[in-house]
Amino acid sequence: METPEKFPRISRRVLLKWFATATTAMTMGDMASISFGFTPTPGKEVPKGYGQDPDLSQYYNPGDFWPLTLTPEQRKTVTALADLILPEDHLGPAASAVRVPDFIDEWVSAPYPDQMDDAKVVIPGLKWLEDESKKRFKKDFSSLNEKQKRAICDDICWPPDAKPEFKQAANFFSRFRNIAVGAYYGTPEGWKAIGYEGNVPLMSFDGPPQEVLDKLGVTQTVK
Amino acid sequence: MPIITSDQVQPEYDVAIVGSGAGGGQMAYTLTQAGFKCVMLESGRSYNPDTETAMFQRNDQGPLGSVSTPEKMFGFWDATVNGGWSVPGEPYTQASNKEEEQFWWWRARMMGGRTNHWGRISLRNGEYDFKPYSRDGLGFDWPIGYKDVKDYYTKVEMLIGVYGTNEGLENTPDSPKGVLLPAPKGRAAELYSQKHGKKLGIPIIPIHRAVLTKTLDADNIPKKLHPKNKRAQKILAEAMRGRAACFWATPCGRGCNIRANYQSTTVHLPPALATGNLDIIPDAHVREVLIGKDGKATGVLFINKKNRSEGRVKAKIVVLAASSGETVRIMLNTKNAQSPNGLANSSGLVGKYIMDTVGASVGGHVPALENLPPHNEDGAGGSHFYAPWWLYKEQHAGKLNFARGYHIEMGGSRGMPGGRNPVPSDFVKGAYGTKFKEEARRYYGSFVGYSCRGEMIPNEGSFAEIDPTVKDDYGVPVLRWHWKWSDHELNMAVHAAQTFSALIEAMGGTVRSKKVKTGHDIIEPGGKIIHEVGGALMGADPKKSVCNKWNQTWDVKNLFLCDGTPFPSNADKNPTLTIMALAWRAADHIIEEARKGNI
Ligand SMILES: Cc1cc2nc3c(=O)[nH]c(=O)nc-3n(C[C@H](O)[C@H](O)[C@H](O)COP(=O)(O)OP(=O)(O)OC[C@H]3O[C@@H](n4cnc5c(N)ncnc54)[C@H](O)[C@@H]3O)c2cc1C
Ligand code: SF4
Repeated sequence: METPEKFPRISRRVLLKWFATATTAMTMGDMASISFGFTPTPGKEVPKGYGQDPDLSQYYNPGDFWPLTLTPEQRKTVTALADLILPEDHLGPAASAVRVPDFIDEWVSAPYPDQMDDAKVVIPGLKWLEDESKKRFKKDFSSLNEKQKRAICDDICWPPDAKPEFKQAANFFSRFRNIAVGAYYGTPEGWKAIGYEGNVPLMSFDGPPQEVLDKLGVTQTVK
Repeated sequence: MPIITSDQVQPEYDVAIVGSGAGGGQMAYTLTQAGFKCVMLESGRSYNPDTETAMFQRNDQGPLGSVSTPEKMFGFWDATVNGGWSVPGEPYTQASNKEEEQFWWWRARMMGGRTNHWGRISLRNGEYDFKPYSRDGLGFDWPIGYKDVKDYYTKVEMLIGVYGTNEGLENTPDSPKGVLLPAPKGRAAELYSQKHGKKLGIPIIPIHRAVLTKTLDADNIPKKLHPKNKRAQKILAEAMRGRAACFWATPCGRGCNIRANYQSTTVHLPPALATGNLDIIPDAHVREVLIGKDGKATGVLFINKKNRSEGRVKAKIVVLAASSGETVRIMLNTKNAQSPNGLANSSGLVGKYIMDTVGASVGGHVPALENLPPHNEDGAGGSHFYAPWWLYKEQHAGKLNFARGYHIEMGGSRGMPGGRNPVPSDFVKGAYGTKFKEEARRYYGSFVGYSCRGEMIPNEGSFAEIDPTVKDDYGVPVLRWHWKWSDHELNMAVHAAQTFSALIEAMGGTVRSKKVKTGHDIIEPGGKIIHEVGGALMGADPKKSVCNKWNQTWDVKNLFLCDGTPFPSNADKNPTLTIMALAWRAADHIIEEARKGNI
């Protein structure tokens, strides 16, 4: 007899399969094929966060459901790195202008396995970044000029190219970038930066504009 | 009559309906419009789509960018309440600890059940789909054919509103002229797939979904649906006028507070309540059916989840529509002298032959879709196109190594961003700063995904039974699942993966999923597509089936099963439209038999 406690979690193999198929939010009708980024345990109790019945009639801010845990020093590092990855430029404001650091704090403080796993990489990574910055330039990361920041980040920005001594830091950078850009592109400013124009009610849906159809060499087949 | 608490129940009802989803909703609608006094018991809480639906909420306005978590599996703003592959206080177990023998059981504990979230894809079964055994010797035939259900498909389509086109394709039935609402325009990735699908012979056409692309004709439809019933016409006309047309924004999975898509809570239940003939008891977790000395059902016994007390309702007829798994559970938990093996189970087949849909997905990147001029592709909040199964001839000629078909669901990636990185890391590599933002803009919208939704053949190894020891928090014994895929499903998944890869390559793209060697590499776990049907099959022989052709159990004449449980096969067509059509048909049968005094 198998009690619910005894049967195993869905394996990593299944998880990886999902990641491979859909990392982007697809406009599928049947959403069952979208990846989740965590390990469901069918039939078993799930970790407690906002619960399975949160009030959906309002908006939320980081800190509403669980306390934010980053220290002021860690927040400074987070802000500097997030703004380096997502600076103010012709495509929009910097990460810190749209509260990306709050979001990162919420993420690494969250009670769910996926986020806890990220926190295990991000928190030590922030410390590494500070140590490295002091080692190379005798300053906090946030006090470095852009060139100095880049000197460090160029060594860690892509794990496959990173030297062995930077592999772990590179893993941190990738995770951090994922979290930061996930936050950034959820904002109206981020939508503009990436080219998302929806979430507005329309009287009619006309499909892609002619310019898009021409570029693709297709015609609108639904009359 | 309204939504009530368990101490407000009437002494007796004509019909007790368990479950408020697609099947229960349709049953309640048809019966109350005909004047039957009904009580509906729903294990989940009451739910008000008018006030609880997150319509325009952005992803940055919910926790964690509103990404999926174990507590909200389809994202924070998703309509599902107290649902998922785990439900608080209500476990289930697996007979095997091998992954491929486990079943993922999705439940939504709320008024309206899974219909608040569902994908709204509404396809008719075709003629072949009712007679699969006659075609290939596998599985079971239905005791009814397409001709028996055809008019009910039409009625349901008229009632709920379904968009789509008639294409006259094999085993993909057309609806009568004027029934379907206009199909929405194709989006970039869909049109591009359609063009390149032609080269491979894959017919990519508008899908059918229960979304109002224009308002329903409230002046005429009610007269057609209820020709002799003026009061029903008036109630339905009013309900239809309360539904707006889709405004082409907000994902349907969050529900729709302008009632532009079908959910039981916005389409079936409001007019049913307006008749004055329906009481709904939320938080009422049905444990068993009450049986009289004559072996007939006399009502149901439920646990009031608020205070864990037991309650009873009396009714002349009982309808179970709690989803395949739950209906089976209630039947097997109903044990007494007359039915020691569970209710209506003289065949021993209750719980047997549960089916899901074969799922397998492949994603790709298509350079032609990069850097497209920004434009709004929210559309009808779900898919616009799909490909119905197209290889009937090859399959019949024995050229394929699996017996049944699949359709292809598809999507691009211009959806609302936020929460997760919109561009896979291997595209942007080490980019950061303005370079990253430019790359994100370039790649956004250039990813495509294709999913197989295929027919699973019922087998001996896929069933549910009562776990001998585990109970839920309300003291009700839980289900234990067994699962098995046959080579037909596994080979189908491989075929689908190859087809999708070929399509992506035909579009000049690259496949992003790993190479598939066997079906096990790609097939989704049983239950993951959430199309659970079967468990109390209908048939022509009482020894070999649980229900007759009216969804009525052979053993207990006043017990009807109106979810997916009576399905003897699970066509590639998503099941819900058929659940509703059969529920309406069963309701008409109940009305007729009751008039004749037979039940
Ligand atoms: C992600 C997702 C996408 C889907 N997409 C599609 C699609 O595009 N097309 C399609 O056809 N189908 C789709 N489905 C499936 C569809 O939702 C179901 O087929 C449909 O809802 C079945 O209706 P039902 O009435 O049988 O069950 P449900 O809608 O599940 O309703 C059953 C109700 O019974 C209640 N209940 C259960 N047990 C008890 C009890 N013991 N006592 C009292 N009440 C009880 C439940 O709480 C629930 O509210 C999808 C499902 C999901 C979750
Ligand atoms: S897309 Fe249309 S039907 Fe779907 S939720 Fe939005 S308005 Fe409603």
